[in-house]
Amino acid sequence: MLEASKIKVGDTYSEVLVEDLKRTQIVQYAGASGDYNPLHTDEVFTTKIAGYPSVFAHGMLTMGMTGRMVTNYVGDGTLKKYGVRFTSQVWPGDTLESVATITDIRKEDGENLVDLEIVTTNLDGVAVITGTATARINS
Amino acid sequence: MAIDKFLIEASHIMMFARSVGDDNPIYYDESYKSDSGCEGIIAPPTFAQSSAQFDPDYFLRPKIDGKGWFGSGKEASGFKPSGSGGGGGAAGGLHAEQHFEYHLPLKAGDILSATTKPGNTWEKESKRAGKLKFSESVTEYRNQNGDLVITATGVGVQTERPVDS
Repeated sequence: MLEASKIKVGDTYSEVLVEDLKRTQIVQYAGASGDYNPLHTDEVFTTKIAGYPSVFAHGMLTMGMTGRMVTNYVGDGTLKKYGVRFTSQVWPGDTLESVATITDIRKEDGENLVDLEIVTTNLDGVAVITGTATARINS
Repeated sequence: MAIDKFLIEASHIMMFARSVGDDNPIYYDESYKSDSGCEGIIAPPTFAQSSAQFDPDYFLRPKIDGKGWFGSGKEASGFKPSGSGGGGGAAGGLHAEQHFEYHLPLKAGDILSATTKPGNTWEKESKRAGKLKFSESVTEYRNQNGDLVITATGVGVQTERPVDS
């Protein structure tokens, strides 16, 4: 858990979320989440019918992996809010890195909170997710 | 979407955490206690999305007999789905945004129910995919005591054509 006295606005934390994303991990996420949309798991459907160059990851898989970076930073069970926009698709073979930047350290209703800005990018430097999170911290 | 019973189970949490590449023991070891004071098995931040498993009519899961499924078999597809957007893997559409608000911790053993209401809709022109139609849906997850645990807001987008990459 973060401590207000040990952090400051502008501090960053980052993790590599995945290297060379495998189609099988996308299948794994489909099975766990229950989202079996063929766009993520069925190369034949996705290329021949939907018109994409290959299957691509669920946005929620990238949000889930990004959430791992966030909870590793702020601690388990401390999140108050976590939200993202899916800004570009994630493809098999992608390597993703995610960065959280502290934008505010504040008090609300007697709780100490930290606000984070989040961005996950691929190796081309394209943002695939941008978002924000708020977590409880110690004073 | 309405879900009567979303059982929060340890093995499901373990599989979900694995699928997002998270080996944090708080997601599989009930004797683990984390620095933040968490103990027992808790659910990862995006776990509520897997409530789809407990939605009897979820349209992105093949029916038991496989009939009506739009993915490939002998042919590349049966048909294109006509479902509307609404976030969370919209059929024929894409997921544009997802937001979670956490009101109470979500732990293995909890039993949630969920109700979804449509939110705002709006349109936008884009260079990469033509006309975009956005639609929002708001899902409230309550626990066995009727207390609000998570509010999830999804935004789905229907595109005029496949997104240029």
